[in-house]
Amino acid sequence: MVGGIKPLTSTGALRGTESGAARRLNGEALLDGRGLTKRFGDILANNKVDLKINKGEIHALLGENGAGKSTLVKMFYGALEPDEGEILWEEQSVRIDNPAAARTLGIGMVFQHFSLFEALTVVENIALALPNPGNMKDLAARIEAVSTDYGLPLAPQDIVADLPVGIRQRIEIVRCLLQEPRLIIMDEPTSVLTPQEADRLFLTLQRLASEGCAVLYISHRLEEVKRICHHATILRHGKVVGECDPSKETAKSLANMMVGTTVIGVSHGASMPETGSVRLELSGLTAPAQTPFATALSSIDLDVHAGEVVAIAGVAGNGQGELFDALSGEMIVAADMIRIDDQACGHKGVTWRRKNNAAFVPEERLGHGAVPGLKLTSNIVLTRHGTADDLVSAGFIRRYKSRDLEQTIKGNYDVRMSHDDPEARSLSGGNLQKFVVGRELDRKPGVLIVNQPTWGVDAGAAALIRQALIDLARSGSAVLVISQDLDEIFEIADRIAVISRGYLSKPKDALQMTRQTVGLLMAGEAEDGHAPARETV
Amino acid sequence: MRIELVKRKEHSQLMTILSPLIAVFLTLIAAAILFAISGKDPMLGLFKFFIEPLLDTWSLQEIVVKATPLVLIACGLSVCYLSNNWNIGAEGQFIVGALFGSFLPILYPDFQNAFTLPLMLLFGVLGGALWGLIPAVLKSRFNTNEILTSLMLVYVAGLLLDYLVRGPWRDPDGYNFPESRLFSDVATLPLIGDGRMSASAPITVLIVIILAIVLSKTLKGFEIQVMGESPRAGGFAGFSKKRLTLFVFAVSGGLAGLAGTMEVSGSLGQLLPSISPGYGFTAIIVAFLGRLNPIAILIAGLVLALSYIGGESVQASMGVSDKIASVIQGLLLFFVLACDTFILYRPRIQFGRRTAGREA
Repeated sequence: MVGGIKPLTSTGALRGTESGAARRLNGEALLDGRGLTKRFGDILANNKVDLKINKGEIHALLGENGAGKSTLVKMFYGALEPDEGEILWEEQSVRIDNPAAARTLGIGMVFQHFSLFEALTVVENIALALPNPGNMKDLAARIEAVSTDYGLPLAPQDIVADLPVGIRQRIEIVRCLLQEPRLIIMDEPTSVLTPQEADRLFLTLQRLASEGCAVLYISHRLEEVKRICHHATILRHGKVVGECDPSKETAKSLANMMVGTTVIGVSHGASMPETGSVRLELSGLTAPAQTPFATALSSIDLDVHAGEVVAIAGVAGNGQGELFDALSGEMIVAADMIRIDDQACGHKGVTWRRKNNAAFVPEERLGHGAVPGLKLTSNIVLTRHGTADDLVSAGFIRRYKSRDLEQTIKGNYDVRMSHDDPEARSLSGGNLQKFVVGRELDRKPGVLIVNQPTWGVDAGAAALIRQALIDLARSGSAVLVISQDLDEIFEIADRIAVISRGYLSKPKDALQMTRQTVGLLMAGEAEDGHAPARETV
Repeated sequence: MRIELVKRKEHSQLMTILSPLIAVFLTLIAAAILFAISGKDPMLGLFKFFIEPLLDTWSLQEIVVKATPLVLIACGLSVCYLSNNWNIGAEGQFIVGALFGSFLPILYPDFQNAFTLPLMLLFGVLGGALWGLIPAVLKSRFNTNEILTSLMLVYVAGLLLDYLVRGPWRDPDGYNFPESRLFSDVATLPLIGDGRMSASAPITVLIVIILAIVLSKTLKGFEIQVMGESPRAGGFAGFSKKRLTLFVFAVSGGLAGLAGTMEVSGSLGQLLPSISPGYGFTAIIVAFLGRLNPIAILIAGLVLALSYIGGESVQASMGVSDKIASVIQGLLLFFVLACDTFILYRPRIQFGRRTAGREA
């Protein structure tokens, strides 16, 4: 059976290509979902979805935020139960009641939102997920061996709370690999990796596939889907709208299938104004590491001018979080190290900086950028209570004002929600990101600092956010983007700097940078240039 | 068949209201079983415990007298708990508040004018707040566990009261009984009604209303809520965790101290070696039964006060141990916490094995 190739849609881009189809015909089905349907209240999250994964196949699952990818995957992993339809595992009908049952079958999952206990060590976290963890010492040794073998080295005794996002994801992947799975489900695995790290991961995946293990791969990065995936299934509004061999498609055609319309590329508009005034100035920004696992910031110099987007590239855990905290005022530094519109403010808190027309979007949207259990209107008050929105009068919160703002942001940034003013936790990752970014952009800030603006966001929403960042800069603001996504950086940045172990390279014109030069800087080339500075610090 | 819990995407509004009601209902059933086990008529027991006290003016007033300190303390505690600070030492803050509030009428009995009572109340608030600030400072400076420090300070406060009442503050004309001199009339809260009810009741209601408004309508209330749910997001909003810790401990200590002063100056009229039947601890149950919401705490306080009076009533009329009241209070807290699970989780009953895969 050819996994239900659907008729073409109006975009006309779908084909069951020969080679893909051939491989599919010869393949032996490992997991076969038939007519899977899942309802949440009035919303049909999955509508009669068919999905077949063959042994040794890297199968991409594509779709916009809210298309139903997570719901589908959770049914395979036993975290949700389908309302209708059935799941066949090696042609046997199975019922996957819970994640433990999925693991027994040989299904492993790497989540986009990590399911790790922060207070525990790496080895303890992994032991919790294994049916027979055995002796902790042996397990730690196995973790070291497996993680090094797959190019994702881990220190088993590290406490998770001290680890950056990139490393946390490694834990999830290694935890999965330790169970010798037959199907690995990966949700946005490369969003926190460098190109080199991603390449290592791809080698790992290809090796796993050649060993007969199947991979269900969810990603918004269409280039990498094209590169490594054998087959792709595309979901839109909970339905399968097509299948294809991604290597035969272009990133653009894939994006069009997902969105159902043509995705508009980001436009830079008028070329960058030569030199606007300096709106954000960092001089010798230095901060000691706050915990043994944090990164110290070493004498960072940077000017961001009105009208430009400056991007900071770098591998996760090289000081991006610390830099963001120093810029936002969550970590206080010496006054002169940071100037916003020529006012020294390194010693000022986040509210003062917001009042002086700066805005911030952190990397973690849930728990940092937004409070999970609070409604969106309250989450607007979170970052805007001190700014000139009159949200607070004589200590009292004016709810109707935040309700107006919510409606505006919802409309302007296409935040989709199942009912009005929901709790932040109930929004999908991409929609919440649109909200969190929109909340700050809506203020038209003079200085905007964004960490990972489009992490885990689908193509359509990412384009919207990126365009908004460029537009903001062109209207005379200074925009600083910290990102680990090189595609994104090259798409939006006027100048690029690279952060590596707390050192920042000198920013250069984006047109003069290539992936190679950025890659070298990520690997620490900038630190050599800074060597004398390091000694004086 | 099996029962499983499914996580809800959002808090259930319905269950937030229903959960304490279900808990009360389950407590009633458990109490009936308890009466039956002790060989008493369960229906009569329930009637004597929960209904009879409501039928008589004297016991109704007594309920208000007992509910007043519970509600006041629980309101303060709710501010603490909402912000994720675990003040277990309200009993100690109650006692120290009473001590601060009493030094004026005991050491300066001749200071009698219109300022006497307001000053006493003010000192009471001050004393409780200071006692509450000790664990708060220790927490924010040295990262100590406030649960332990605040709890241990309860015993320090209890011994301090005992020492003062038996030593320096003992009534010189009191025939060596361990109690202070009686407060003068201007140092006593005016009584309401014909029982022991005093002005402390309306003062408490006023504070409940103010606190309800502060928590739901103001930026400070928002700050408390955000810090409790997500300190990282609170820091991003520009709120200081350390300052808030000091603030909430000062508020909850201050309210407990006020309750202590009003108890000695209203119902007791003097200092005794023991001035509280564990109000500071029972208030923890009241705070949770009231969902950390001041208005609901007002109701919860009355329910808990009823259990005190009901306990006395069944002890007197049916010969059941007075410990039954403590057991029922404990059961109530247990059921409340258990029912709270349903606010974020939905129970689902599964029948049979195959519901997912309709046979292919």
